[in-house]
Amino acid sequence: MTMQWLFYIAGAVALFASLRAVCHRHAVHALLYLVVSLLALAMCFYLLGAPFAAALQIIVYAGAIMVLFVFAVMLFNITDKDIERERQWIRWQVWVGPTLLVLLLLAEVVMLIQLQPAGAQQEVQLIEAKTVGGLLFGPYLLAVEIASFLLLAALVGGYHLAKALGRPHDGAP
Amino acid sequence: MNFWYSFLAIVVLVMLLLPTAAMLVWVERRLLGFWQERLGPNRVGPYGILQSLADLIKILFKHDWIPPFADAKVFVAAPLMGALAVMMSYAVVPMAPGWVISDSHIGLLFFLAMTSLAVYSVLLAGWSSNNKYALIGAMRAAAQTISYEVFMGLSLLGVVMLAGSFRLSDIVLAQQEGWFILPQCLGFVLFLIAGIAESHRLPFDLPEAETELTAGFHTEYSGIKFALFFLGEYLGVMLISMMITVLFLGGWLAPFGLEGFIPPIIWFVLKTFVLISFFILLRAALPRPRFDQLLAFGWLWMLPLSLINLLVTAALILGGQ
Repeated sequence: MTMQWLFYIAGAVALFASLRAVCHRHAVHALLYLVVSLLALAMCFYLLGAPFAAALQIIVYAGAIMVLFVFAVMLFNITDKDIERERQWIRWQVWVGPTLLVLLLLAEVVMLIQLQPAGAQQEVQLIEAKTVGGLLFGPYLLAVEIASFLLLAALVGGYHLAKALGRPHDGAP
Repeated sequence: MNFWYSFLAIVVLVMLLLPTAAMLVWVERRLLGFWQERLGPNRVGPYGILQSLADLIKILFKHDWIPPFADAKVFVAAPLMGALAVMMSYAVVPMAPGWVISDSHIGLLFFLAMTSLAVYSVLLAGWSSNNKYALIGAMRAAAQTISYEVFMGLSLLGVVMLAGSFRLSDIVLAQQEGWFILPQCLGFVLFLIAGIAESHRLPFDLPEAETELTAGFHTEYSGIKFALFFLGEYLGVMLISMMITVLFLGGWLAPFGLEGFIPPIIWFVLKTFVLISFFILLRAALPRPRFDQLLAFGWLWMLPLSLINLLVTAALILGGQ
């Protein structure tokens, strides 16, 4: 019972933080809300019995990727003018289309839950790191390889873009 | 283990950690003085032992100032985040058999996760100060932390493979046959260097290099908020030392079959203290590298070495089966 309440609280935090991440007028503050949302998701993963995924969620998303986002946005020198422009962009008329689409999705999810047989709610199974590793290098090997190709391509691209132009082969790293 | 027992353990741990970190400031300054052939603080109390108390009183009476040009909310939250992230990590460190707040089965990953979150403190402190020195310090901190985090995790995987678990008490117990510093000597050195870089200690304290950045990311901080950064740094040093003890030096296990007459916690504290002294010795002995040298060293030497360590360890374990 406690676990369920913890889950609902974490879910509510994730929902609220995601909303703030979308609506906030200040880019850095919005990113911080996104970090909170990711942390809350990690909590949800943990409570659903996936501790390894939860830890990776924090290490990779909250701790590395979002740091780079904050790092980049922090250098934009956000002024009051930008915040004012953001305020003009975020008006209620903008929200009508997305809200309708999301409501449609919500209706689908509710129907899906309704359609499921009553006994489908099982006990929480703990998924350890070993199981995840076995799955990644077993049935999902192809997906892992494709992801690693993508990362390699990104790496080569990043190297190419960051290479110092004009002074080739001077030994500088 | 019920709720109140854990709560009591947390309170006791915090009550022990904070004064220890404060005392560490005095220990560091005395040791630095000793190694640099000068006296160090020796006025307040016998051998200057009350220096930290005097510093604390001074810091508490300082004006708790928020610069008018700063982003006030983030400015206040940043030092708290750093200190909290470090203190959270202590929850999974086993100090003696059963002496741990949460013997989590993902303890090592939890430690890595909290370390990776601690970077936000420095990053946001530098950004919210709205000061060029602070911003440059924050940029350096982010680049350095992200780079060194990569092989901090990789260097530990050898230990995880040997112990077959992420649970820190399992890792300690797996070292009964022999400490992991021998089979994982490369991993030990890599983790030590990464640990120094993660806690921004000299020679890796480029985010706060005073000769070029005044005080780096905490230039605008004063009073109790500055004290939190200070506390976070010393807690970080203690944490890294404890983690090295747990992962490579057998945790609470006694060396050379000396079990019996000395309680495990004493061994743990002794090993940790030796490592902390080593950290301080490094600070006394080494100069600061240039920032691009630091990053190049990380990516060109440390990362390949940790990958080699990982490969060789995995191959040896597979071959031994």
